[in-house]
Amino acid sequence: MAWTWFHRLGSPPYIYSLAARLTPWFAWPAAALILGGLYGGLVLAPPDYQQGDGFRIIYVHAPSAWMSLMVYMTMAISAGVGLIWRMKVAHAVAASCAPVGASFTVCALVTGSLWGQPMWGTYWEWDPRLTSELILLFLYLGYMGLRSAMEDVQRADRSSAVLAVVGIVNVPIIHYSVTWWNSLHQAPSVMKLARPAMPASMLIPLLMMLLGFTLFFVAVLLVRLRGEILSRERSASWIREAVST
Amino acid sequence: MSDCCLQGENLHLWRGARHVLRGVHFSVTRGECLQITGSNGTGKTSLLRTVSGLMYAEEGRVLWDGRDVRKDLLGFHADLAYIGHEPPLKADLTPRENLRYWIGVRRPVSRDEEDQALHRVGADSWSDRPVRTLSAGQKRRVALAGLALMAVPLWLLDEPTTNLDTEGQRLVGSLIEEHLAAGGLVVAAIHHDLSVSATALRRLELARE
Amino acid sequence: MHRSAAAAAPRRAGAGALAMTSALAAARLTLVRDLRLAFRKRGQLVQPLVFFAIVTTLFPLAISPELSRLRDVAPGVLWVAALLSSLLALEFLFRDDAHDGTLEQYALSGQSLTWLLFAKTVAHWLLTGLPLAVMAPLAGLSLGVPASAVPGIVVSVAVGSVALSLIGSVGAALTLGVKRSGALLSLLTLPLSMPVLIFGARATELSIKGGDFSAPLQLLGALAVLGVTLAPLATAAAVRINLE
Repeated sequence: MAWTWFHRLGSPPYIYSLAARLTPWFAWPAAALILGGLYGGLVLAPPDYQQGDGFRIIYVHAPSAWMSLMVYMTMAISAGVGLIWRMKVAHAVAASCAPVGASFTVCALVTGSLWGQPMWGTYWEWDPRLTSELILLFLYLGYMGLRSAMEDVQRADRSSAVLAVVGIVNVPIIHYSVTWWNSLHQAPSVMKLARPAMPASMLIPLLMMLLGFTLFFVAVLLVRLRGEILSRERSASWIREAVST
Repeated sequence: MSDCCLQGENLHLWRGARHVLRGVHFSVTRGECLQITGSNGTGKTSLLRTVSGLMYAEEGRVLWDGRDVRKDLLGFHADLAYIGHEPPLKADLTPRENLRYWIGVRRPVSRDEEDQALHRVGADSWSDRPVRTLSAGQKRRVALAGLALMAVPLWLLDEPTTNLDTEGQRLVGSLIEEHLAAGGLVVAAIHHDLSVSATALRRLELARE
Repeated sequence: MHRSAAAAAPRRAGAGALAMTSALAAARLTLVRDLRLAFRKRGQLVQPLVFFAIVTTLFPLAISPELSRLRDVAPGVLWVAALLSSLLALEFLFRDDAHDGTLEQYALSGQSLTWLLFAKTVAHWLLTGLPLAVMAPLAGLSLGVPASAVPGIVVSVAVGSVALSLIGSVGAALTLGVKRSGALLSLLTLPLSMPVLIFGARATELSIKGGDFSAPLQLLGALAVLGVTLAPLATAAAVRINLE
């Protein structure tokens, strides 16, 4: 049966043990990449010719911003899978994603505003990227708020899944409209990440950080997923066996 | 099997960590009434809601005329009437208006049919008063009128006699009898005995976990 | 297999094959019912409008009575007030129907739930969005907006409120199972409404300045169309989940 793997993915005991086995495979490379990336970015890379050392916050800001979106996508896709195929594990993945994603979003917002201080002279500028990020944080908070407001796990899973799917449809619209709004009111932002001429000594640490953050997210997700599965299946017999061994 | 109209096969339902329905089997044919009994909290309402498709059974299936109802849920719903604990009535509309909008969504109802149904449940004198002024028993009677008006083969009734006086309870019994005689099916969660002939009555006792 | 037996026999004796209500007629009945109910409870209907009037009154008091200054912030004031009052009106959208079991009957009616809920949302827009579009220019005039801007304001609020009603219907359906859902409802709905606010306020601003507001209006229309296509599906899914 070609679908066996899919059904295995729907089995909480299987996922529980799989997550335990996979975690180190993501956690260690993540640690190595992040440490390497930080060293490369904060020590080895030359200061920016315009911003001096201030630009170095990019090594945390850009990966956080990238992850805030990635995690939302992961959350929405797994919520959608859970909704369509009624897969409990997929809902557990979505539920585990939300706080991680919200943390990345907060991190991106904080680093963004810290970066704003030397660049714009203020801690907060209604820059389209930061504004979108702020709305994304509201979307995460709404998702978590809806989950926590519902006592019944199945209902919380399925309702919040609808919200996540609606949210992911809206994310590009929000981003586009915010960019459009911003372009009306001020000159294009000075903060351009995608400068083509970034030298390799700056770019390579950034890519390392991006990959490191992604792996870090997967590792955290796996750990949280195990916790989530434990709390959901606490009355199931396989849990007692898994915990006692 | 050939005359078996509604079947439940191995229905399992979980609510969070609670295993509400644990492999329920039943089958009812035309002209039969299935009486679901069991003390409070044994899942009578959950079973009715699972059969109707409002709740989703993680395991097992419901067959309507031999076919899984999930394959054609709209078609199945067009064949069933479900009356829950509360009569689905709007307090600011009269019984007549309520029936018009409630039943009208399913099938067009003529004024004559409306009159007949309201007369049948003894609502002639108060059919044009706002529902908010009616007693709980009167509301229940309006719901029964709606049930009769839907003209569907399958009735799923959750405690249909709540709030009714003896006469009202007899009314429920005779409505069910007529429905069975016309070849309908009834699944009812009901405490006291129904005035339905023993040959047409089946029982399903739900036990506590 | 035994389809024929089931199809013919279970209908009531003598009735023969009964016609089902067409989807269009069912939607019309749903719409008419909601309008009739609303007119029996006029107080509920007026509340969001009064709220809108009060919120727009707050701004002159908080900022300054100078019309020239108010004119600059008028688009923002009008749209924030419209957004908040449409949010306030959402509480009535499904609450009663969920309470008295009407939603359950819709879900089991054999008609498409998506379609019936869409009809309800249209009724809701007729009762809250459209009156808002009429009120908005009046409030605008009191904020020093020139009379020439009135058509632009009416059109943009009318189109924008379609999108707001649709987004709101998803939020209202999602929070059906939650007690005291007001704050949660705004947390879910407001972030999703921000594009409507942006394009709506821009269209209003351009019409006040006497410019061509067709571009933001078209974007607003695009949001409304997208809402009409997708929101009822999400609303129906959310209602079903909360009936479980």
